[in-house]
Amino acid sequence: MAFLSLSGIRKEFGEHIAVHRFDLDVGEGEFVSFLGPSGCGKTTTLRMIAGFELPTSGVIRIADEDISRKPPNQRNVGMVFQSYALFPNMSVANNIAFGLKMRKESKGAIKTRVAELLELIHLPQAADKYPYELSGGMQQRVALARALAFRPRVLLLDEPLSALDAKIRLSLRQEIRAIQRQLGITTVYVTHDQEEALSLSDRIVVMSQGRMEQVGTPSEIYNTPATEFVARFVGTLNILPGVVVDAPSGRVKVAGQELRVGSPVTAMNGSQVHVALRPEAIAIASGDVDGNLLSGTVADVTFLGSIVRIRVRLGDGSGPVAFDTFNNPHAAPPAIGAAVTLAFPPEALLVLAESATPSHALVDADGLPAT
Amino acid sequence: MSGPAPVVDAARLADDLDAPPRGRRRERGALWAWVVVIIAITYFIVPLISTLEFSLRAAVKDPVTGEFIRPSLQAYTLVFNDPKFIDALLYSFRMALVTIAVSLLLLVPTAFWVRLKLPRLRPVVELVTLMPFVIPPVILVFGLIRTYSGQPFAIISTPLGADAVLVGAYVVLSFPYMYRAVDTGLASIDLRSLTEAAQSMGAGWPRILWSVIFPNLRSALLSGAFLTLAIVIGEYTIANFLVGTKPFGPYLSLLGQNKAYEPAAVSLISFGITWAAMLMILIVGRGGGRGRAPVTGAR
Repeated sequence: MAFLSLSGIRKEFGEHIAVHRFDLDVGEGEFVSFLGPSGCGKTTTLRMIAGFELPTSGVIRIADEDISRKPPNQRNVGMVFQSYALFPNMSVANNIAFGLKMRKESKGAIKTRVAELLELIHLPQAADKYPYELSGGMQQRVALARALAFRPRVLLLDEPLSALDAKIRLSLRQEIRAIQRQLGITTVYVTHDQEEALSLSDRIVVMSQGRMEQVGTPSEIYNTPATEFVARFVGTLNILPGVVVDAPSGRVKVAGQELRVGSPVTAMNGSQVHVALRPEAIAIASGDVDGNLLSGTVADVTFLGSIVRIRVRLGDGSGPVAFDTFNNPHAAPPAIGAAVTLAFPPEALLVLAESATPSHALVDADGLPAT
Repeated sequence: MSGPAPVVDAARLADDLDAPPRGRRRERGALWAWVVVIIAITYFIVPLISTLEFSLRAAVKDPVTGEFIRPSLQAYTLVFNDPKFIDALLYSFRMALVTIAVSLLLLVPTAFWVRLKLPRLRPVVELVTLMPFVIPPVILVFGLIRTYSGQPFAIISTPLGADAVLVGAYVVLSFPYMYRAVDTGLASIDLRSLTEAAQSMGAGWPRILWSVIFPNLRSALLSGAFLTLAIVIGEYTIANFLVGTKPFGPYLSLLGQNKAYEPAAVSLISFGITWAAMLMILIVGRGGGRGRAPVTGAR
């Protein structure tokens, strides 16, 4: 049963529609991430759950209670902000105690709870410090403790790691997930970082231009992206243009070469489609191999330490197709300009559905090959 | 242990010697800076010294020739012994404190709300707060007298009513200083995030203002408060028309008409009070440094 439910949520700012139609059920204790580029409506949706924005239409329920029109201070929802938003005039202990004081809890109960949370975030010695005396990572841990202190029904995190450096981001990410699992609190997390969403979430909602593109587990989102946008935005899939040759038998033509697709093709024969090819399924063919084969020339080879990234331009000039191989000191990678044949199983090839958003609005994720 | 011998780049040294003497130019610049500072200090200090010197001329004189013998603090003694001086000063301080309280209660929530919810109204509010610069005090006070001396608002004839109208006028006079101080203070904090964080934890608007906004505006509010204090203590026109010579400004003016040395002494005393107020801003502002660091992080 859904603990947090968003039904038919729409948000307009004057002429601009920030969120078109958002339907989502989040189970109790579930960790759901809203993933998408800037301006896709993920933060607006989060702010509607928090009560900082009112939906133009639709209903938000927590534990079957309609909270759509309730003011934020009556929703019992904890929020962690990108900018930490710790009260500069209060010590760490007083920041954490703020929500408990609002609920008029006894001094003893507040003291115990604050100590409990300081232990939880591994900062028991920081009680009397002020926010400006702490590092960014510490401040965000305090912000997390403060949001959890009053036992909210739902925890909302709005890009909480964006302002931190990479190392801290990684450790704090693991800490957030551990604390969430320990407390079993229903959590909604907003991020534009695919890796963050994939590593943290039970489910991911990929959003673009105010619309939901796909909802699924990290594995579903990564391995079977539903739309071209999801394929481009999440992970490092290679997106190639193709034509359906024989839909029932799952045959498509890419760069003039006929390939088999692992799942059924719903598009009509002769229709233009985009196919996604998972890079980890690609190998350079040697000898007779089964499965799909694509010929091209090596456009670029990048040495990345333990792995070598190879980009291959296909025969008709499309691509490049990027894939990684392990670094082998005894076998040199192919030279730039060398003709190679790539082999991959039919299951690694997906025919993508039309995106919910116009293709000109697609935003490439870092590291994606240009198409 | 000796380190490696310093390497002298002869060519570069020669270039440096040939080049325009940057160090000398800097020295000349510093000299001019000092000249300007000394002129400015002289401009401010000389009148003060002259006033001090004049205020000390009261008394000791030769009883026969009437010639000046030595300086004395008689003017100051007379001023401090004059009950009207203390009354005027206390009255003006009372009015200033009430004015500051009313201004803060009016302008902090207004500036907060405008910044948070009605940013488009900011230019309008700023324009309104600048009105005291456009409307001369004498016009303002005649408007007030006309409005509050006739029915249905005839309150100016009672002492309390006149005081209330005076405070209202002072609040208007303090608008440009107080609003700007508060607005600048609000700009220096992450207002939206702090407000939303407090809201998400269950705080209502009064609690947010009292526990989160006011404490983080301490320095800004103190600046506004002391500017208001300075205005109220020195204001003459409105005070004189509304309540006569009760306040400090009109008292000082009256004193100047009837006495020789005392006005100089009173001027220096009021100057001292202003400086003491400024010092308080510095001390309290620095004391408020704990926990006043800006909210870090990106927005």
